[in-house]
Amino acid sequence: MREKLIYALAAAGGLWLVRNLYVILLRLPDEVEQGAIYRIMFFHIPSWFVCFTAFFVAGAASAVYLARRRAGIDALAVSAVEVGVAFTAVGLVTGAIWARIIWGIWWTWDPRLTWALICLLVYLGYLMLRRAIDDPTERAKNSAVLCIFAFTSVVITYKAIDWWRTQHPGAVLSFRTGGGNIDPFMETMLYQNWLAWLLLAAAFVMIRMRQEETQREIDALRRMAHAL
Amino acid sequence: MSAIAVDDVWKYFGDFPALRQITFSVNPGACIAILGRNGAGKTTLLRILAGLSRPAKGKVTVLGQDARDSATRRHVGVLGHGIAIYDELSALENLVLFGRIFGLKDPRRSAMEWLERTGLAHVRDGLVREFSRGMRQRLAVARAFLHDPEVLLLDEPFTALDDRAIALLQNLLREMLARGRTILMSTHQLREALELATHVGLISRGRLAFHGERPPEMLTDPSWLYRTYGEA
Amino acid sequence: MRFARQCLTVAAKDLRSELRTKEAINASLSFAVVILLLFSFVFDPTGDTARELSGGLLWLVFAFAGALILNRSFSRELQNDCLDALIASPVPGSALFVGKTAANVLLLLGIEIVCLPVFGVFYNVRWTTRFWPLMLVLALGTWALAVIGTMFSALTVNLRLRELMLPMLVYPMLIPALMSAMRLTTVLISGEPLAGDELIWLRLLVGFDIIFTALAVALVDIVLVG
Repeated sequence: MREKLIYALAAAGGLWLVRNLYVILLRLPDEVEQGAIYRIMFFHIPSWFVCFTAFFVAGAASAVYLARRRAGIDALAVSAVEVGVAFTAVGLVTGAIWARIIWGIWWTWDPRLTWALICLLVYLGYLMLRRAIDDPTERAKNSAVLCIFAFTSVVITYKAIDWWRTQHPGAVLSFRTGGGNIDPFMETMLYQNWLAWLLLAAAFVMIRMRQEETQREIDALRRMAHAL
Repeated sequence: MSAIAVDDVWKYFGDFPALRQITFSVNPGACIAILGRNGAGKTTLLRILAGLSRPAKGKVTVLGQDARDSATRRHVGVLGHGIAIYDELSALENLVLFGRIFGLKDPRRSAMEWLERTGLAHVRDGLVREFSRGMRQRLAVARAFLHDPEVLLLDEPFTALDDRAIALLQNLLREMLARGRTILMSTHQLREALELATHVGLISRGRLAFHGERPPEMLTDPSWLYRTYGEA
Repeated sequence: MRFARQCLTVAAKDLRSELRTKEAINASLSFAVVILLLFSFVFDPTGDTARELSGGLLWLVFAFAGALILNRSFSRELQNDCLDALIASPVPGSALFVGKTAANVLLLLGIEIVCLPVFGVFYNVRWTTRFWPLMLVLALGTWALAVIGTMFSALTVNLRLRELMLPMLVYPMLIPALMSAMRLTTVLISGEPLAGDELIWLRLLVGFDIIFTALAVALVDIVLVG
């Protein structure tokens, strides 16, 4: 059952992505000021949305874990963080490529960029902490606490373009600006790509959760064997 | 009301159940010795009773209240594997510190009294770092008894102690029992434990294989319980 | 009331054992001086550049030297299993945390107070022109450092790699507070008042202190009890 769900999610996400690629690369015209490179935005912005979504899920799962102490929820948290970290990396790389073309530099110490990097470091710290704790229950509990702390950096990254005067482009999507900054068709394409990536991310998370489960089983069997 | 009540307690390390379905209770004034091999789950159970760890499932009450309740912990004494004494403080400072932590009315007086009783009064201002092993152990005993606990939890109390400390501890425990206090100790030192124990429990692979009054067979043959209820 | 007394007991205990051995203080102080020395090679250490960089320089020194203090905060309890005795005692985890944080704040402030004149002499900077506002910023920034540091010290206390893990976790999390403290310190050492835009940074710092203190106090019991 879950097997099938993973395949279904991955297939739906993958197909949708192919269709989106066709529209983005072949249907949409070049942008007036930026030329062809603006198309990377269809990956840059959705990857950040996926990453924020994943970190939000991880934070919520951590809070639920502390209340309910179910190992499966901890698996969800760590899987979401790992997928989120991957998408953070995608977001940073696509952003850097765009910046190289438009600004002429790969990186600048602008608040939004800096915070995105901090976000990545904080969650890498989370993954490192997990590796350092041997007892699975202790690991789940302590990393859940850290995950709740870590979410503050996601909030700051998201709000950085409002709080500081940044070089990074300001909000363009209509739910933040009230509309008018972006062509509605392009905006729809952004959301479509976000959903496609979200489906794929969900499939990744589920695959990762299954691995966590297997790992837990192996650990338990090993402990059982030692106890004999 | 029982002094310690453990109801259907489970504890996991990941998916591995370290304690399974532990249920027992200890009446006030009883002394129960929890026996079992290394790794059977004795320490895990004791840590839950001491409020150092939470059960995954089930309920633990000490003196009728939750084990993590701060009012409960005022009346519980714990003597664990470590001596729980600060090396860089003096003997007196250590006891006064724990007297304050347990909210005693006159921490200094209780501390002095216990230094006297454990034969450490003459070195009360010496740093624990400079103490001999035996002196440190006696100080640890004083620390555990300082706040006159209703319930005492001891994890392998006789393993690390020297002769003098064992004699001291046994006298104190006997006196506690005479005053109706409750003692729970985990041990595999059968001979010392059985002199005091009114009840025994046997933990085997996370399960409580036996608990009840100390079988009379055990006085003459301490390992009887293991052979009868434990795995070979 | 009882909570305050418990915090005080824990803080007094920590201060007493640290002041008696001075292990962490000595290491931290000498490390601070070493960093102050190393910074002189980074840029031309004349009064003007030093003033412009003062905030960043000082807070890096405080944060790096402070890690040595914070590392010890919970790991000093590991010896003889004292941590277990404290957790099994009637003192709630939150009181333990607040007490330890308070002790750390005092230790860190002590080191910072020594560093400031050393910095002033080495880099030829007059740092006393706005003394009291500077002390306020120092206290707020130090509280932030101590709260995050003590919390993560509790989180990592049972790890083999705790000395390595702590800085990895603390510094990224601390950046908002560090950023504000750096900015405000630079402004004050340059002799300008805290006004206008700078007040936003002060607000950020105070907000950070409040949010993370609340979060830590709420979660520390979960961390300490297995």
